[in-house]
Amino acid sequence: MESEAGHDRQALAHPVPAWLLLAVWGALMLLTVATVAVTHLPTGDLPALGLWLAMGIATVKAVLVALFFMHLWWDKPFHAIVLIGALLCVMLLVGLALMDTRDYQGDIREHQQRIGP
Amino acid sequence: MNDAAAHAHDPHLAHHFATPRQQFESGRLGMWLFLVTEILLFGVLFTLYGVYRSNHPEIFVYAHRFLDKTLGALNTAVLICSSLTMAWAVRAAQQGRTRLLTGCLAATILGGLVFLCVKGVEYQHKWKDGLLWGKHYQPVREVLEKTAPREGAAAAGAPAAADEPRNVRIFFSIYFLMTGLHGLHVLVGMALLAWILVRAKRGEFGPAYFAPVDHVGLYWHLVDLIWIYLFPLLYLIH
Repeated sequence: MESEAGHDRQALAHPVPAWLLLAVWGALMLLTVATVAVTHLPTGDLPALGLWLAMGIATVKAVLVALFFMHLWWDKPFHAIVLIGALLCVMLLVGLALMDTRDYQGDIREHQQRIGP
Repeated sequence: MNDAAAHAHDPHLAHHFATPRQQFESGRLGMWLFLVTEILLFGVLFTLYGVYRSNHPEIFVYAHRFLDKTLGALNTAVLICSSLTMAWAVRAAQQGRTRLLTGCLAATILGGLVFLCVKGVEYQHKWKDGLLWGKHYQPVREVLEKTAPREGAAAAGAPAAADEPRNVRIFFSIYFLMTGLHGLHVLVGMALLAWILVRAKRGEFGPAYFAPVDHVGLYWHLVDLIWIYLFPLLYLIH
């Protein structure tokens, strides 16, 4: 009981250092510039590369916001698990839906060729 | 019994919580669970986007030209800055610096307002050019020709309108649905922030009690996160 009380008297407030907030903000602004720049890169044979790079950069930005602005770096790991769980569910949803719809594209094209323009 | 007595006179501690830390952690977890529902909500819309773009990439390549990348990038920067002022507001609340807190909250609300105004300008352009959703997609011919791809303009005679793929209207349905719902979330965030601002001015927040600022902050950061993904997906297609 005593140690529990002692733990709770540890200050609730944990102000994030000002330099860290500014550093994260600076990184986010730079990454925004990078996002726009990346989509102008010539991708040659891989037209989807630009999109994947932009998504990758967006994810880095999201991780920075979640860890530092949303305080997950110092929080109980359970909160991060909750967030990651949600993101995994969304990835499953998008991934499975895309797989499923791609599976049918051959059939659809065949049908369209058969019925004509 | 010791800790119950120690916290007995804490005015911010609700009777059904044993300690202020437990109350705070519960509130934070509760907000995270709500954010999860928001992530799933927008996740479904991103799935819609993904499936439709995967099946009809030509529509997205054709239609994204009508979106103003500069305004989109500006809005991204505005929201990132508002996230900074929001995080700073939480910091100020924890330090008990009330004037800094109210200043940062006001700046965050202002950021949201600028975002919505830029959005409003974009929507107004779309309205003027007839680039709306579904059956309301009735593009003004001059707009189609003006934003024709360079290769199309080189082909003599044929107007860009002839190159328009079928069902471009659906891109705009997706665009307005996703950015509209996001804009609504920004508006709700601003209302929440205004409420917190009023309470902050009354001096309600300090190192012992800053949970409402913290939790509304989490919501605002999520709104920023969603836009961080929306921007490249809608505006930066090549």
